[in-house]
Amino acid sequence: MQTPTYGHTYLAAELRLPTNWLDYTILAIYFVVVLGIGFAARRSVKTSLDFFLSGRSLPAWITGLAFISANLAATEILGMAANSAQYGAYTVHWYWIGAIPAMVFLGLVMMPFYYGSKVRSVPEFLLLRFDRAAHLLSSILFAFAAILIAGVNLYALAIVVEALLGWPQWVAIVVAGAFVLAYITLGGLSSAIYNEVLQFFVILAALIPITVLGLKKVGGWNGLTDKLTATHGQNFTTAWGGTGIGSANPLGANWLTIVLGLGFVLSFGYWTTNFAEVQRALSAKNLSAGQRTPLIAAYPKIFIVFLVMIPGLVAAALIPNFGTAGSGYQYNDAIPYLMQELLPNGVLGIAVTGLLAAFMAGMAANVSSFNTVFTTDIWEKYVVPGREDGYYVRFGRLITVIGVCASIGTAFLASSFSNIMSYLQTLFSFFNVPMFVVFIVGMFWKRASAKAGFWGLLAGTVTAMVNYFVFYKKGIISLPSDQGANFVSAIAGFVAGAIVMFAVSLFTRPKPAEELQGLVYGTRSPGMAEPPAPGDDAWYRKPALLGWGAVVLAAACYIPFSF
Amino acid sequence: MSEQPGHADHPGRHHHYTESDLSRDVADLETKSATAARIFDLRRIIGGLFVVYGVIVTIVGITDSQSAIDKAQGVNINLWTGIGMLLLGIFFLAWLKLRPTPPPVPPEGLPEEKESA
Repeated sequence: MQTPTYGHTYLAAELRLPTNWLDYTILAIYFVVVLGIGFAARRSVKTSLDFFLSGRSLPAWITGLAFISANLAATEILGMAANSAQYGAYTVHWYWIGAIPAMVFLGLVMMPFYYGSKVRSVPEFLLLRFDRAAHLLSSILFAFAAILIAGVNLYALAIVVEALLGWPQWVAIVVAGAFVLAYITLGGLSSAIYNEVLQFFVILAALIPITVLGLKKVGGWNGLTDKLTATHGQNFTTAWGGTGIGSANPLGANWLTIVLGLGFVLSFGYWTTNFAEVQRALSAKNLSAGQRTPLIAAYPKIFIVFLVMIPGLVAAALIPNFGTAGSGYQYNDAIPYLMQELLPNGVLGIAVTGLLAAFMAGMAANVSSFNTVFTTDIWEKYVVPGREDGYYVRFGRLITVIGVCASIGTAFLASSFSNIMSYLQTLFSFFNVPMFVVFIVGMFWKRASAKAGFWGLLAGTVTAMVNYFVFYKKGIISLPSDQGANFVSAIAGFVAGAIVMFAVSLFTRPKPAEELQGLVYGTRSPGMAEPPAPGDDAWYRKPALLGWGAVVLAAACYIPFSF
Repeated sequence: MSEQPGHADHPGRHHHYTESDLSRDVADLETKSATAARIFDLRRIIGGLFVVYGVIVTIVGITDSQSAIDKAQGVNINLWTGIGMLLLGIFFLAWLKLRPTPPPVPPEGLPEEKESA
């Protein structure tokens, strides 16, 4: 759900950046450091737990920043800027209602079950709560989605690099694939996470100058809103203007589908059950750090919207009809266009490095979660069980190689779709929402039977796909945009999954209560009884305070955009 | 020592992977894990990279031509970004200096080393 854009991803051919040796030096230093982290992290890999989950030993600030970074891939950065150039300030919904409540819910409500039950992956939780059928289906769906998404990231990187730096696409795909392969194979999740944290700071150093200079060019925030109100109308710079039920707006969604479809179903599905995200929290050193992982991530998430939305709005204000055929630019060009116009050599190198780092981190997040699920959930449980631990570390390294090669394949596959962003967006609604309904019912209703998990997951996935491919694509129901269709698919998949789980539970035996300890709301697992680590009782480390603080702050951010 | 008492197997359900099996497997791996003991401190990497970047970009900013400044709307963006990155790098190195990595906690069973208090 985090990559909502509609235009083609091809960047305008004339957007060649004026890079020089200085910018390439900055880029080269980054690549050296990335590889260095891989080699250094290699020393820490002794068991499969080290390789797949960093030994459950990382501090909360690292896992928290990696949590935000795994999401802050360049598809998100370019996509959200594109979204802003096209739809205006509606973009804030993807952050303040579409991310913060879900992240807080993950930290406060769900992490005790995930972390306390000591599962190593999201599908493994379904194995404990439901049965092997639900586990295998969710593992396969996730592994499949992860490789497709990694490939899309890789392809998006290739077209950006081709447009900006003039490298051929296949060179960019192979070079980036090789670097990601090297550092994950060597250091496992630790080196993926460390690189994500590093990327977070580099991308900030790239986006802040672009935002500041862009605002200066259009005469500050007031100059920006005046220009956009004149060209795009009053509602373009507000969050809720024109979202009444029945009134038309370019997003094709009203406040109800925004709150339910985006705010509840899509975003909760993405943030709470997408293993590429949850894996970061599971690698934290204790339950308190695990809970704080998404909460620490929530604070930067509240403000990152400004760094992607403002460049998008500035591009829309500077170029008449930006994004339409006549202007010569796609919506996705917003940030590259500002880089070309505003950044001198030096900062330009930082910005290019930030974008490349973000693409690689987005791909690495998917590959590192793929290898964990494939090894611990599919291979170790169903294909070759019972071998010594070192075997699974070796297999994890091997499957990383295979995963990266498969991503290179899906990258070329993605290149055959004319509109990959919208394709990616739809994938999220198929794979995350049904998983979420199974989780939410399983966690809060102890009567949900073992069989209900599999059938609920299957029904939700099929319904979301049928809604999209049959009802929307064939025009049986009329929805104004792909985005509106994704919101409706999400709600349909959620409702269908919930109904099927309820019906199946009525006719099948419930799981015995002693097998549900620590898996269902209101029960506790042995792991949760651990005393807090020294210092974790400080007021600023209290999960409840951090979580509610983020919700209040996000709500307060809406105020200036609501009137 | 990696055996966890109190997690008796459920007889006759060997194929059924329960939470206690998982807890025991993961707890066992955690005691053998090397990440906590051998992973290097990320603050050093972030600090080092940002000091290097900060110095490079700041020097570029000091020697920037007028055309580079004009391009950036009259702001010496290289200088300001360079200083910002340098400060961030110094912040991480200072944090590392003031709160160095604690030595890894020994495996369970040993009491906390608080004798000095």
